[in-house]
Amino acid sequence: MAWFDNGWGLSLIVFLPIAGALVILLAPKKNLTAIKSFGLMFTALPVLLAAVMIARFDYGHASTFQFGTNLSWIASINARYHIGIDGISFPLLVLSTVLTLLAVIYTFNHWPEPYNPKAFMALILVLGTAMNGTFVALDLVLFFVFFELVLLPMYFMIGIWGDKTMMKVPGFKIEAETRLYAAIKFFVFTLFGSAFMLLGFLALYYRSGDFLASGARTFDIPTLIDLGSQGLFTGTFAFLVFGALFLGFAVKVPMWPLHTWLPDAHTAAPTVGSVLLAGILLKLGSYGFIRISLPILPQEAHRWAPAIAILAVIGIIYGALACLAQTDMKRLIAFSSVGHMGFVMLGISTLTVVGINAAVIGMVAHGLITGLLFFVAGSMAHRYHTREMAKLGGNQTLMPKMGAILSFTAIASLGLPGLAGFWGEFMSLVGSYNPAFGLDLGVFRTAMVFGAIGTVLTAGYMLWMLQRVNLGVPSAEWDSHALIDTDVYELTAWVPLMVLIVAVGVFPKLVFGATNGAVVALVAKAFGG
Amino acid sequence: MIDYLALAPEIIIAATAVVVLLADLWLVRKYWTAIIAVVGTTAAAIPLIVMAVSPVGDRVLFDGSYVVDPFALVMKGVFLMAGYVVLLMSFSYVESDRYYEGEYYFLLLVSILGSLVLGSARDLIGLFIGIELVASPMYVLAGFRKGDLKSNEAALKYYLLGVLASALLLYGSSFVFGLTGALTFDGIASAAGGLVHEPAFVMAVLFILAGIGFKVSAVPFHFWAPDTYEGAPTPITAYLSVSSKAAGFVALLAVVYRAFGPASATWAPVVWVMAALSMTIANLAALKQDNIVRMLAYSSISHAGFMLVPFVVAPYVGVEGLGNAVAATVTYLVIYAFMNLGAFALVIAGSRKSGSGTVDGWAGMATYAPGLAFLGAVFFFGLAGIPPLAGWFAKFVMFRAVLTAGSGWAVGLAVIAALNSVVAIYYYARVVKAMWMDPVPATVPGIEVREAAVPVPLALALGITAAIVLVVGAVPGLVTFFSDATKVLAGGG
Repeated sequence: MAWFDNGWGLSLIVFLPIAGALVILLAPKKNLTAIKSFGLMFTALPVLLAAVMIARFDYGHASTFQFGTNLSWIASINARYHIGIDGISFPLLVLSTVLTLLAVIYTFNHWPEPYNPKAFMALILVLGTAMNGTFVALDLVLFFVFFELVLLPMYFMIGIWGDKTMMKVPGFKIEAETRLYAAIKFFVFTLFGSAFMLLGFLALYYRSGDFLASGARTFDIPTLIDLGSQGLFTGTFAFLVFGALFLGFAVKVPMWPLHTWLPDAHTAAPTVGSVLLAGILLKLGSYGFIRISLPILPQEAHRWAPAIAILAVIGIIYGALACLAQTDMKRLIAFSSVGHMGFVMLGISTLTVVGINAAVIGMVAHGLITGLLFFVAGSMAHRYHTREMAKLGGNQTLMPKMGAILSFTAIASLGLPGLAGFWGEFMSLVGSYNPAFGLDLGVFRTAMVFGAIGTVLTAGYMLWMLQRVNLGVPSAEWDSHALIDTDVYELTAWVPLMVLIVAVGVFPKLVFGATNGAVVALVAKAFGG
Repeated sequence: MIDYLALAPEIIIAATAVVVLLADLWLVRKYWTAIIAVVGTTAAAIPLIVMAVSPVGDRVLFDGSYVVDPFALVMKGVFLMAGYVVLLMSFSYVESDRYYEGEYYFLLLVSILGSLVLGSARDLIGLFIGIELVASPMYVLAGFRKGDLKSNEAALKYYLLGVLASALLLYGSSFVFGLTGALTFDGIASAAGGLVHEPAFVMAVLFILAGIGFKVSAVPFHFWAPDTYEGAPTPITAYLSVSSKAAGFVALLAVVYRAFGPASATWAPVVWVMAALSMTIANLAALKQDNIVRMLAYSSISHAGFMLVPFVVAPYVGVEGLGNAVAATVTYLVIYAFMNLGAFALVIAGSRKSGSGTVDGWAGMATYAPGLAFLGAVFFFGLAGIPPLAGWFAKFVMFRAVLTAGSGWAVGLAVIAALNSVVAIYYYARVVKAMWMDPVPATVPGIEVREAAVPVPLALALGITAAIVLVVGAVPGLVTFFSDATKVLAGGG
């Protein structure tokens, strides 16, 4: 298995999906079976490989990068194909492979309009490569390329298969189709952030040359972390670099006030697009904070932490209040992501072992739960042809299984103990009671209080949604409709998520077992314990 | 004794041009002139390859006025490949209307000859001859669609402003010669250090910058570009926006790094302003364009701005930084060349099928021409600089070069460039959006037109450029292998 441990395993996980996309492009357009089987094959194989990794991962040394390789890529700028996973990226990589596979399975019976399975499947697969690649990249240029690679497939997914209803374009006196507005907004916002992120990466690259014995500059993340933990990046330079990286990652997370692309994009995207967008794409931002910003620029992270905490808490409260104002079910779930990612960012901003562990498990839980919520919301919209919660009342009576799954997921989302969502919220609040040494206790404990209020509001809007959607008497409108309850493809895609939600909730060590060692080492190295 | 191998590419192209012109007199089937042109262009690449692999170093001719160094070899290679793609694009385009085919290919070859001369020119006279040789045939070719008023306008505007630019260039050159007593770039460089505070010298530098600024269509010398691009035959527009612009950049690189290297503090601020204005103004103008060729015209102006960005670090950095700046501009130029050639080849193919050259006319192309719609995504998002398409690497090296200098001015320009690359996505995405996401308009021609096969040479041009854009995006080392060799221009080699 030496080949597997020396980069091949990880490289296959990353590149199998895009290889599958190429194969699908060559397949005849009419041959649906071929498209489906290639899609399944090229997303199932990475899951299997990831399963092998779960067995072979050295949990005792979770802070070292494993299964990696480091090869020459663009020699002239010293950018390398350096990949590897540690305890922090590992759970996210597994989540990404699993969610991609489930998205493919779900799609088998839910091709969005306009029907074009070949292109749609190919885009899911390209997205898979981009997401997996971002989690394993250990070189800033490689990270940047994968981070940006998600843009094109998601742009097309939203723009072609998205919501076709008309909307008024804010700030203009024109109307446009929601999908078109949402797609370009997503693109422009993300690109805005990542353009500055790239400048930040280059600044680090140039400064690294001043400190390395060889004088050669580097994009290598572990090397930069070593330099950063020695406190070499300081002053205005570091402040600006952190700010540039912050823009790139915060747009992606998204943090208030850079979040406005999210409700539009998530609502307009086809179901699978929303699932992957909420499930994985948002994590690319928060992962960037943990992997790059914090360890490479620890002093600046310390300086920025209160600001991040405040923005995170505003996001939590704002997201919750916005949810309370929604009438569209999918839009409500979209806004709930702003709140949940607020908890993740609050955890990160504490710069503590507890907080960062909370962030990682929060990301995994949010990926599972909100992914499932979007699946269910998509399936319901598919049947009812509306997402207006006012019309959906009595869903539990009309479709008992669908209703039950929705209730389960919504309750997981509000953070019920025993389900996955609990740990992230609870521990990030615990973390902010006692943030890293030197951080303003007043700010963080106030943040904790508001975060706690946020959990109450979250419970409020989730239960209110359940009340409006699941309970009540079905409208007479649906009498003439033949509403079919969950089908086999849906259950195949959803049951694994439900099992994982319970498993992580009951036994959080599934995630902490990998993350804790890596987080402890990260915090010790960057912030001195 | 003259090193004929060093001159072989120029000789072959010149001979081919003459053969094309003579053959045109006797040949009945005029498309043979095109084939002769393609064969000649291919043949001209052979001595280039021979020189590239030969152990002999730089070949210096005519007392240093004409040098074949790695920079010259790489740029000549780019010019030949770009010329080759333009020839492929021209086949069906020229056949489809009543053009004088022989003259068309003759003039195109002469212009290619000029660009080859420019690659090696290391004195002011060679520079001027090269620039004129590139531009003069283009004045005629821009007006080749004789019956079309827009084409006449294109030629006239290009001619008048081009002549003005040449006059500025010559006038500036005469001052430089008067002040330094030298024509070769190295001779000027050795005298330039003592002249940086001489007003006449500063004025001469500004004149030369302005003259070349017209050629590369940088703001504020860009006014001819949109009208000329729109009116000229599309393959000629492609040539103007790629080869002619690249020729201008080669001239600019050679002049400012070689001849005016010691006076970089004089020209760098001017270039800063030109770069910032080109990026910003052209981008804002491009947002409003409905005609795709006009949009590409503004896009090419803004790309000229991006290519000017690395120049501004010159006063702040050493030889290594200068080398990086040269390599960055060359890398950008090479990648841009193929993306833009591809985009124009797509314009030809797409306009045939959709019967329209506007963004709205291209709506829904994915339904009847999915292949072209896919290429649209490749070329337009490539131009926008989105990974995994090659454009990202062009932008990347540009940022890398400008951030070499830690100065606030350099960082400021990098920020302006970053913001502009965000703005640019909007107008590129607009075309792709139309092709993929909008319904087919009623104006689209019948099925026999819109589903007709793309002519083979045009398909070949599309295929070559798309392959390069996709592969270089994943393996940028293929371009840096060549562009790194051009660092010699900045000295140190």
